[in-house]
Amino acid sequence: MDPLSRRRFLKISSATLGLAAGGGALAGAARAVSSSAASTPPTGLQKVPTFCDICFWKCGAIAYVRDGELWKIEGNPDDPLSRGRLCPRGTGGIGAHRDADRLRTPLIRRRNRGDEEWAAVTWDEALGHVAEKMQAIKSRHGPEAVALFSHGIGGNFLKHTLRAYGAINFAAPSFAQCRGPRDVGFHLTFGDGVSSPERTDIRNARCLVLIGSHLGENMHNTQVQEFADAVGNGATVIVVDPRFSIAAGKAKHYLPIKPGTDLALLLAWMHVIVSEKLYDQDYVAQHGFGFEQFAASLVGYTPEWAYPETGIQPEVIRETAREMARYRPATLVHPGRHATWYGDDAQRSRGIALLNALLGSWGRKGGFYVPASMDVPEYPYPPYPTSEKPQVDNPGGRYPFALEAITTGIREATVTGQPYPVKGWFVYATNLIHALPNEAETIRAIQNLDLMVVVDVIPSEIAGWADVVLPESVYLERYDDLNVEWFREPFIALRQPVVESPHDQKPNWWIARELALKLGLGTYYPWRHVEEYLDTRLKGAGLSLAELKTKGIVGGGTPPVFFDEGVAPEFPTPSGKIEFYSLQLQEKGFDPVPRYKKPPEGPPGTFRLLYGRAPVHSFSRTQTNPILHDMMSENAVWVNADVAVRYGLKTGDVVRLKNQDGVVSRPVKVLATERIRPDCVYLVHGFGHTATRLRRAYGKGASDAQLITRYETDPLMGGTGMNVNFVSLEVES
Amino acid sequence: MARYGMVIDTVRCVGCMDCVVACKTENEVPEGLNRDWIAYETRGKHPTLQMEIRTERCNHCDEPPCVTCCPTGASHVEDFGRIVLVTHQECIGCKACLASCPYDARFVHPEGYADKCTFCIHRVKDGLDPACVAVCPTHCMHFGDFDDPNSVVSRLLASRRHHALLVAAGTAPRIFYLD
Repeated sequence: MDPLSRRRFLKISSATLGLAAGGGALAGAARAVSSSAASTPPTGLQKVPTFCDICFWKCGAIAYVRDGELWKIEGNPDDPLSRGRLCPRGTGGIGAHRDADRLRTPLIRRRNRGDEEWAAVTWDEALGHVAEKMQAIKSRHGPEAVALFSHGIGGNFLKHTLRAYGAINFAAPSFAQCRGPRDVGFHLTFGDGVSSPERTDIRNARCLVLIGSHLGENMHNTQVQEFADAVGNGATVIVVDPRFSIAAGKAKHYLPIKPGTDLALLLAWMHVIVSEKLYDQDYVAQHGFGFEQFAASLVGYTPEWAYPETGIQPEVIRETAREMARYRPATLVHPGRHATWYGDDAQRSRGIALLNALLGSWGRKGGFYVPASMDVPEYPYPPYPTSEKPQVDNPGGRYPFALEAITTGIREATVTGQPYPVKGWFVYATNLIHALPNEAETIRAIQNLDLMVVVDVIPSEIAGWADVVLPESVYLERYDDLNVEWFREPFIALRQPVVESPHDQKPNWWIARELALKLGLGTYYPWRHVEEYLDTRLKGAGLSLAELKTKGIVGGGTPPVFFDEGVAPEFPTPSGKIEFYSLQLQEKGFDPVPRYKKPPEGPPGTFRLLYGRAPVHSFSRTQTNPILHDMMSENAVWVNADVAVRYGLKTGDVVRLKNQDGVVSRPVKVLATERIRPDCVYLVHGFGHTATRLRRAYGKGASDAQLITRYETDPLMGGTGMNVNFVSLEVES
Repeated sequence: MARYGMVIDTVRCVGCMDCVVACKTENEVPEGLNRDWIAYETRGKHPTLQMEIRTERCNHCDEPPCVTCCPTGASHVEDFGRIVLVTHQECIGCKACLASCPYDARFVHPEGYADKCTFCIHRVKDGLDPACVAVCPTHCMHFGDFDDPNSVVSRLLASRRHHALLVAAGTAPRIFYLD
């Protein structure tokens, strides 16, 4: 599980870089942001390279400034992720700068938490107040009582300040509410995770299997581009989804699975591939551990057994299994990303990993490549204080295979005070009200805090619960830490300011540094401006900030990334092999090979609530972006067409959704469609905003998060399975 | 003389709306209005379904009714590439062209003139593709000259099954969709 087991590229000098001339078009580009910007507005057209922040993919972009005004953003052709083409959210990124609903000035709460009544204050007042409260928490409870929830690269500097203060509890919903189970399932099998961007070689896949992964709606740029390439090249696409997704429309085989039964299908597929000896026998013999025990465990999982569980006919299971085997090793069973579905998600992900292992796709072209990274040393900071206390989120290692901190574990500790009290929360760029299940529990935790600070660009729901709100500059107005990317083509990218912030917003590095100074932690900030920090790191890699400011991206060439190209197969598991049978799991009392358990059914007259992504929005943070709002201003609840007829509903009618615990959604329009099974309904995540200051998005559509009062915790790693809620349709009269 | 048009591969298109967003930013299309849009066509009953996704816009027809019906001559066919355009200053906002277009491709701009896709003529004159084509992450859109048999668009039409929209309207559209 050691991340350093991946190959690290030694320092590559800029003289050897193939892309060194690639930024020529940008060389000498004037910038809208300069010391003289205030006095003389620049005229003409400037092109400034940077990287996107509308999601976490971090695509290289070029921002166009016309006569001092931000005009448009395009992909940076030198960027291996975007290949010069951004996704719709990235293209609409200028809306984040223009958004009239942005936070403009620091705010301190005036009345009760959640009342959204604020006093506008200066940065000095706001940060002074925060520092004072932090010192009080430290003296009463120790620095471990302050936790940070963050999302994205922008949290790095705040994390640095909090580490210097002595904090040890840092978590992101991207683990326990998203990709965590997937990464754990793959780690347990291959000794390594799927990483981000995913190490999937979609463009070379001859057979691509998507299980719930809705590429094309889920708009992770590189993957969608490669998906289109694979489809265009005639790859066989197999889509498993209760909903006829966009990807299903491209599929040769669409398997409309009963929700919650994916592991039954995976086991039946593996049964066919093993019993018919269709697997890559050399690969398995060479790299596999415990194959015989694994194979024996599959005996009962016949397609006939799986049929009543999944609703997928045995002949379809056999045909698709054989099709996967026909194209191996260029068959990619995609691991997905948002994998927190039913609480058995790490074992399901292990099932996906094992199927890939049978097909020999790990480390092979058309399967999973082995990513590489350029070597950029960290900034030489003084060592952080150490703590005697363990992290608070996973007491006693009750989730023994958690690879990262568990957000909901910090939340629980904040409520119970066990194993020790948590009294301060920093929340950076993640709207916990929409990201965590069971909103009431989040609010209960917040009420136990002495200090609640939100750093964000918009007045999200979680900002509404803060004591202090700190308005951050959007990505087009700030520097961030370097993106030193693990990819098939390693590269380093710079985010840099394109335009000034319109109000009193500040970049996160400035906020983090000023807070550190107020806390008396100045020794942790030997640099005064982030440009010094960036230049120091880049010099350590034989580069310079000046070069990155001109090019935006410096690439590290195209190293070999497959076993067949000479990359040594490494499986950093306890056995050093691909673990078909996991002794680690067995030792901790878990199934050493995945075993199917029937998912609980919902009450009669209810539908399982499923949720997913739309291509024009990221989480709950883009609905006020005027351009993206214009593309999709509200969500609709997808209802099977026959069910809609039974309820007398047609597309455009308004319903409310009521969950099993009596929670009722805001009114939401119906989409009566053939594109979903009759036993579930579907919402695009991120709508149904209740924060009054999100004026453009307020009250539009329904929030899936509000209805996710229940969740099933994954016993391996603490992930929260959230597809376990059931709703009824309440027809508006 | 060129006769520009588009060939769009529905096999690759995922309907992400990047073309719509890029058009809005490139051409500063006002909020609430779009020069291009996505159409979904689903056939069949769950789970046996077929779906076609199309990015749609003005077809820059060879026989454009919006031009023949225009009382002022504001709607016209440019010599450059046979692109159908509206001269803003000559348009009186009478909406005859809106009614005549079988594709519903036109709208009245808040400034009072009929507006629609221009094939990004300002970009094409600079040797660039229209913004929607240049941005597409799936590379499903192709722009070029149908009078040139060697252009990518001509070769795609010659080699792949395709259809156009509302051909029966008789306007001879110049946007084709690969099946």
